[in-house]
Amino acid sequence: MPAPRRLLALVLAAPLLLASCTTDSSDERDAGSDTGGDTQDLSFAVITHGSAGDAFWDVVQNGAVAAGEELGIEVDYQSDGDPQRQAQLIDAAVNQDVDGIVVSMANPDALQDSIEAAVEAGIPVVTINSGGDRSAEFGAIGHVGQDETIAGLGAGRELATAGAGNVLCVLHEAGNIGLEQRCSGASEGLGSDVRAVQVDINDLQGAQSTITSQLQSDPSIDAVLTLNSAVAAVAVAAAGDAGSEALVATFDLNSDVISGIQDGDIAFAVDQQQYEQGYLPIVMLKLYAENLNTVGGGQPVLTGPGIVDADNVDEIADLASAGTR
Amino acid sequence: MRAARPGAGDPAQRRADERLAATGVLRRLLVKPELGALIGAVVVFAFFAVQSQAFRSARGVANWMDPASTLGIMAVAVALLMIGGHFDLSAGVMTGTTALTVAVVAVEFRQNIWVAIAAALVVALVIGFVNGWLVTRTGLPSFIITLGTFLMLQGLNLGLTKLFTGTVSVAGIGQAPGFGAAEWVFASKVSIAGAEFRIAVLWWVLFTALATWVLLRTRFGNWIFATGGDDVAARNVGVPARRTTIALFMTTATAAWFVGTTLAVRLTSVQANTGIGQELIYIVAAVIGGCLLTGGFGSAVGASLGALIFGMTQLGIPYLRWEADWFYFFLGAMLLLAVLANRLVRRYAEAARR
Repeated sequence: MPAPRRLLALVLAAPLLLASCTTDSSDERDAGSDTGGDTQDLSFAVITHGSAGDAFWDVVQNGAVAAGEELGIEVDYQSDGDPQRQAQLIDAAVNQDVDGIVVSMANPDALQDSIEAAVEAGIPVVTINSGGDRSAEFGAIGHVGQDETIAGLGAGRELATAGAGNVLCVLHEAGNIGLEQRCSGASEGLGSDVRAVQVDINDLQGAQSTITSQLQSDPSIDAVLTLNSAVAAVAVAAAGDAGSEALVATFDLNSDVISGIQDGDIAFAVDQQQYEQGYLPIVMLKLYAENLNTVGGGQPVLTGPGIVDADNVDEIADLASAGTR
Repeated sequence: MRAARPGAGDPAQRRADERLAATGVLRRLLVKPELGALIGAVVVFAFFAVQSQAFRSARGVANWMDPASTLGIMAVAVALLMIGGHFDLSAGVMTGTTALTVAVVAVEFRQNIWVAIAAALVVALVIGFVNGWLVTRTGLPSFIITLGTFLMLQGLNLGLTKLFTGTVSVAGIGQAPGFGAAEWVFASKVSIAGAEFRIAVLWWVLFTALATWVLLRTRFGNWIFATGGDDVAARNVGVPARRTTIALFMTTATAAWFVGTTLAVRLTSVQANTGIGQELIYIVAAVIGGCLLTGGFGSAVGASLGALIFGMTQLGIPYLRWEADWFYFFLGAMLLLAVLANRLVRRYAEAARR
């Protein structure tokens, strides 16, 4: 059987050949980070819980990468929506002796061990996005994010001003405490309880059907609050499908949300400016590495909420299409 | 061999015997289902180890053994079930169900953690029994039956969690009485060569050894191969095929209970969507390990090696600092390569045997 044997050899040898081709460059990089002092050749790892292809986290990644390029720092972005696998990615970064770690804390309990191990290994950690209240407890040097309850409160007040009374709050990541806080904040701002519904960010078509069914089964719903820009677009479509007059408001921006606001389909977006959540931690870690500076004085550095509505949407439109808003 | 023994004193005769024995070993090695996975694991390890010093360090090994261990425990049980001729698509979500049971009983009902863990075992065994019983009773493909259980459990996980806690995750398991001992059993760390290995790695090795012993050295192991090879023929020669199938489904459920408990104790909080989608990864690990989709052939060691390949790939990519977007592509390519190599090795072995 000569043909299969030759093929077998090829199959087995291919990865090895590939490995030998790329060995040189990575060895140089390893050597660089080993011999580098405090002020040069810094290498930071950014590890988030965003699922691959989530537009929100692409902007965070853009921010981190841009800061790395501008400051001459190697920035490595990894993400996994599963809390245990996110913890394992943090462990991997610690093993690589990176000079700083940025981590989003949607599920603080699950990450506690790994973050504390990083801090113990002498690696400064900055937490971003959710989990600001646990950040200092785990030994992080700072937190960059938006206070979810405050942001939810802002959205609730804004909805109340727009005349909404019966609000549907659409959760898109099961188990993300931050999202729950937004909905409860919205209840507080609105002055009456919102109704929560669970959808899956990885199945937007299913999310649209779910929202449609909610609107159909209860015509008195007069507003839908989505917590992710991608869900906002399908909420608009769902309102159309259901023949509902409910107004749609959302957290976070993307180009669909921008044009939705311009067209009047979406009332407003609560913008947490997540580009800063990628960008600022890189700056903070650099300042800490070179000058032992910390930012925030033990309090989270807030990136939001900012409200984007018909009044200011045009200025922001171009930035959003460039992937920075 | 026994007949040849009187001539063993003759040197020429002994040499002839040794040659025969050596060929036998080579042949037996080549038809082993796990050989392809072993080669695959070596290639994957070499690929990452050559490029990353951190990957091949003791701490790196402890790091990628961690995802491989919990996956491996499940893959071994799923491999037994596949050798027995069946699938369990509810195995992934069942790790979530058991983890949530532990969490809800310990936190919401304020029970000792061991009571919670025992309750979760009962839940798992019931689900496993129902799966197996339905499959043997109806004669429908296990694919369909367990797909139904999968979806039902997914709904129950979310619905019941919200009912009990008002939110989509249960936190605070760490405060339950008896937690320290449970942590020692399920989530402690063992220091080897300066690296902290998770205890799950030890359990994984033990379960693999246990499953291999059952498969190759016990009557039940024979029943598994027989049932998976040909259900009717097995029953005709007196193999209790139904009981074997039900037992295998309950074994998978028990593994899911063990992994779910490990998750709950280690993370101290559990999300309602835990484990969804993992069932395919278990099956893939078993297939890389040489299990046939048609049943009757495969090994527990192979499934463990499949899990090892997964763990190495999952963390190897971040170690190489590759763009994470390519993870699934790379993983898929690895799987294809491994399965292809597996098949070629087996064909070559079968040709050699003739």
